[in-house]
Amino acid sequence: MATLKIRNEIRFILNGEQIVLTTVAPDETLLDWLRLDRSLRGTKEGCAEGDCGACTVLVGRLSGGRLVYESVNACIRFLGSLDGTHVVTIEHLRGDGEKLHPVQQALVDFHGSQCGFCTPGFVMSLYALWMRSPEPSDAAIEKALQGNLCRCTGYEAIMRAARAISSYGKAAKDPLAAERKAITDKLEAMKDGSRIEIGAGKQRLVVPVDADDLAAVLDKEPGATIVAGSTDVGLWVTKHMREISPAIFIGNLDGLCAISEDNGIISIGAGVTYTEAFSTLARRIPALGPLFDRIGGDQVRNMGTIGGNIANGSPIGDTPPPLIALGARLTLRRGSKRRTISLEDFFIAYGKQDRQPGEFVEAVHVPVPGRDTKFAVYKITKRRDEDITAALGAFFMTPASDGTVADIRIAYGGMAATPKRAFSVEKALLGKPWTEATAEAAMAEYARDFTPLTDMRASAEYRALAAKNLLLRFFAETSGTKAPIQVSRHEAA
Amino acid sequence: MTTHAPNLKAQEISGGVATDQRHDSAHKHVRGTAVYIDDMPEPSGTLHGCLGLSTATHATITSMDLSAVRAAPGVVDVLTASDVPGENDISPTGRHDEPVLAAGKVQFFGQPIFCVIAETREKARRATRLAKVEYKELPFVTDIAVLDPRKDKLVTPPLTLRRGDAAAAINAAPRRLKGKMRIGGQDHFYLEGQIAMAIPGEDQDVTIYSSTQHPSEVQHMVSHALGVPSHAVTVEIRRMGGGFGGKETQGNQFAALAAIAAKKHHRAVKIRPDRDDDMIATGKRHDFLVDYEVGFDDDGNILGVDFMFAARCGFSADLSGPVTDRALFHCDNTYFWPAIHAQSAPLYTNTVSNTAFRGFGGPQGMVGAERVIEEVAFAVGKDPLEIRKKNFYGTSDRNVTPYHQTVEDNIIHRIVAELEASCDYARRRRTIEAFNANSRFIKRGLALTPVKFGISFTATHYNQAGALVHVYTDGSVHLNHGGTEMGQGLYVKVAQVVAEEFQIDLDQVKITATTTGKVPNTSATAASSGSDLNGMAAQNAALQIKERLTNFAAEKYQVPRDQVLFLPNRVRIGNQEIAFADLVRQAYMARVQLSAAGFYKTPKIHWDRDKGEGRPFYYFAYGAACSEVSVDTLTGEYVVERTDILHETGRSLNRAIDLGQVEGGFIQGMGWLTTEELWWDDKGRLRTHAPSTYKIPLASDRPKIFNVTLADWPEASEPTVHRSKAVGEPPLPLGISVLHALSDAVASVADHRICPRLDPPATPERVLMAIERLKREAKTGM
Repeated sequence: MATLKIRNEIRFILNGEQIVLTTVAPDETLLDWLRLDRSLRGTKEGCAEGDCGACTVLVGRLSGGRLVYESVNACIRFLGSLDGTHVVTIEHLRGDGEKLHPVQQALVDFHGSQCGFCTPGFVMSLYALWMRSPEPSDAAIEKALQGNLCRCTGYEAIMRAARAISSYGKAAKDPLAAERKAITDKLEAMKDGSRIEIGAGKQRLVVPVDADDLAAVLDKEPGATIVAGSTDVGLWVTKHMREISPAIFIGNLDGLCAISEDNGIISIGAGVTYTEAFSTLARRIPALGPLFDRIGGDQVRNMGTIGGNIANGSPIGDTPPPLIALGARLTLRRGSKRRTISLEDFFIAYGKQDRQPGEFVEAVHVPVPGRDTKFAVYKITKRRDEDITAALGAFFMTPASDGTVADIRIAYGGMAATPKRAFSVEKALLGKPWTEATAEAAMAEYARDFTPLTDMRASAEYRALAAKNLLLRFFAETSGTKAPIQVSRHEAA
Repeated sequence: MTTHAPNLKAQEISGGVATDQRHDSAHKHVRGTAVYIDDMPEPSGTLHGCLGLSTATHATITSMDLSAVRAAPGVVDVLTASDVPGENDISPTGRHDEPVLAAGKVQFFGQPIFCVIAETREKARRATRLAKVEYKELPFVTDIAVLDPRKDKLVTPPLTLRRGDAAAAINAAPRRLKGKMRIGGQDHFYLEGQIAMAIPGEDQDVTIYSSTQHPSEVQHMVSHALGVPSHAVTVEIRRMGGGFGGKETQGNQFAALAAIAAKKHHRAVKIRPDRDDDMIATGKRHDFLVDYEVGFDDDGNILGVDFMFAARCGFSADLSGPVTDRALFHCDNTYFWPAIHAQSAPLYTNTVSNTAFRGFGGPQGMVGAERVIEEVAFAVGKDPLEIRKKNFYGTSDRNVTPYHQTVEDNIIHRIVAELEASCDYARRRRTIEAFNANSRFIKRGLALTPVKFGISFTATHYNQAGALVHVYTDGSVHLNHGGTEMGQGLYVKVAQVVAEEFQIDLDQVKITATTTGKVPNTSATAASSGSDLNGMAAQNAALQIKERLTNFAAEKYQVPRDQVLFLPNRVRIGNQEIAFADLVRQAYMARVQLSAAGFYKTPKIHWDRDKGEGRPFYYFAYGAACSEVSVDTLTGEYVVERTDILHETGRSLNRAIDLGQVEGGFIQGMGWLTTEELWWDDKGRLRTHAPSTYKIPLASDRPKIFNVTLADWPEASEPTVHRSKAVGEPPLPLGISVLHALSDAVASVADHRICPRLDPPATPERVLMAIERLKREAKTGM
């Protein structure tokens, strides 16, 4: 191993300015820094938990050598995770001369603001959308706005504005597009192969160079807080005021962000975000596409990682049940030692996972379902989009040539203290003819597998009832029923 | 706004009344340069406050050890009840039941008991967690379902409305039924949370920047809490990031504490609670339990109705009196109840004190009325729309409300007829029937519901407003009034009125922050009254100045007064025309006063609460909505397929602004009745106190097809400002159409023979449970 370079500063670009910070607390958020240290107060705090989008800014980063700008929630984005990025806030938007930017002018002309407090966040989300998709469909606009709450307008005026942005200017002529080469060069130059270490004691943060360096750092400091997308850890800080030092920021880390397919198995690095995984997963395992569209909003999907969703062990994480149903395996690493386990074995009990001190989740390996198999995943929430799961069911079935169930795996979230298989239900289906009568008989078995809780998201009764009804939905979907089976927001493209 | 040189040849001014104008701050909203209180530069040495909230639901405090809090880094002070120099009370109706900081006893989980003042907000928040408070728990009640509305403790006196003998009418009716419904509450979820910044002045003075809909009340509360005269306290607010009623009284606490700390430490103090604390410690829309009994005939004519509206008010009165009154005032919606008896029960509970929320109890009253209609429709086996139309108020008879006011301006027949035709109701009803017959899992539902909303504060004395208008020697105008801007476009509408009166371009009128120092003794910007009251007051001020200018011109140019005409940006005096600015300059040189305080009070209204009779409302606003939904009968999930709205705002001052109010009001009403659920656990803790757990609508919850029309034919029957009508609250209950469309879809699983009694919020869970119940009852033949 070459001599490790250590740097004691964070470097990034804020709008048009090069920033170098030598004092950064591990729990300092980008939003507080913008508003308090930089007096850039166009970016608002609405909830401090990554849900309302009033704090939306863009972060430009190099992903596979390409500069991508993504909307993120500044309220739960840690300052220490911004090394080598270009942070763009509402103050950076401008049109020709004194004019408003096309996104801004469209919102003004279509009366897209009332109280105006959420507006900078909407501008930034629509800006990100417009740059990658200048003529978006309504479905695309709604998806881009899943992470932005407006309480005044009812959104209709914002939608009208969003459809019209390109009539105010060309995305290709936008300043960020024009400066793309220069910014890319600057960000490339910032990547100097150094590990970043700042502060000590309760104020310590580390940004490793790559996955190997992460292994080394964590081996030495097994009690450190690993922060990937910070969509969960961010709330530990903003809501629970927990100490996270030493924090190790692993977002966008070389060696942890790859997604590849080999021999029918997709391997997803633990640092791959939902957004990055989307195109591969939605193409190879189509049922995962609509699910991913309902995890958080764009801001959360741009930061949150599948690895983090697994590693934090939540019983209501949206990716473990489908991945368990698909038979995914998990690679854990400590130092140079790796072990690979079945994903479902990782979840031991509430708050307890099979992860040893110093170990980290490196990758998850997902078998692509065969042509003759049936796979579906259904998420149930109070509000359709950007809501946390009440119950989520994933079904993976292999029918035999005689129409019986040759193999079946069913896994649920929100129904127990961990993501959990429905073994009794599976047993009642296995080897039986795949008929409605079989499914209905198996529905009685749910009570053996699950004793769900009542909480603010749903009652135990509802969880139990809706969960078992999902089996009927799965049956209907796999048996060629013509009439609609689910309500849909947009007809499939 | 860029100011242009006035066009002296214009046919009409730019920005007069009845024109589509942008929100005056739109260009600042989109740039992030519109300044909210947290965006203002803090004076050096500004301190920050954080409230310490009770962790017991109903208890006596046996000990409160704040030593660790005081010792925490950056902490300057910790305020408790004994630090309140004046009266430890912020009850808005003077009932002395709501302390600034609770002492000795707490009455809900999350009640403020101390306030940490520290060098930074973060230090204040961290220190707050170090308090050691011990409690002796007392029995508590959070759910009104266990209470007796006739016997249990109330926070304020109830109201009874009666006209005719309801009991006799119900008993004599060919058919009757009774039922009970629960109507959920609602969090405001203003995007900008509560905030106050107090800056101490000399003597007893203090200036408070408060995110409030009611600066005068904040002024009074702060002066009471400080024990100083009102003249020492100035409250200012340029704009709020949303209010919706949640900043009518709820800002008092933060303002009072900031002011107390500011005066004590001679430093500016800012308090901005975290979103979770805000949602836990401030009031919401009242949830209700409604008992109803109705007598009717086989055709669905309703003959008599009896209502009990019991409300969860929380631990103190706050505005629960007028809120529950307004629920009764709207238990008729658009319907004539031939005999009616309606009572309210504002019940005490160990929950945060509920407060104003857009509609102020009215929407809950209307939801109760619509349930009665639905019940009767199912009982007689007819389309609910038919029953609705059959029971509408008449225009010349059958037009007296339960509070004995005659409905003089009824236009609901035409509104509903036009909407029914434009939304193709009858054909879609048949299409849906066919769809449902062939769809096993997904069922569609359709409903058209009307709205009639009473306009005026029912506390008659609130129906007054003031304005201050200055004309400067260059002809530009400074406008100030008592109304506050929370996004609703009040400022631009009032500016349009002033521009119209002087006949000058809108950009010649500068809109300035609401402050108690300029216009005193103002009413809350609430009850949809903002434009009606402040528009008239500003018009009155402008007219006074215009009168002086006219007299001056007539005298100076020796022409009769009627030959002085205000034309766009100029004045015709006899045969000559001069620029408005030139006339103003000449008037100044001649020592004519160019400033005026305007005033307005709503005529005709009166209300005798003890008798339950009067004319509480100056007029009514009308609208109707038709919604269609698809429901998944396996999970209760749904989408709104289409909504058509026809709403009226009289002769609108600004249709662009009004359209936004209608669209936004509908979505907010839909959210209230569908996904927005407040949930308390068995320890009395509210567990839905952040957007992660409390779900307001998203862009993707809008109806897939959303046709909103403002009726172009109505005008106010009374001489309101340019014959326009209020638009703040009336559109919210249009969301009831979604609740009833969901109910209609649910009813299809039992062939529309059983009333689903779907209680809001109709979450997917409630919908599925209603479907299951209907399937069960249909099977057992109940």
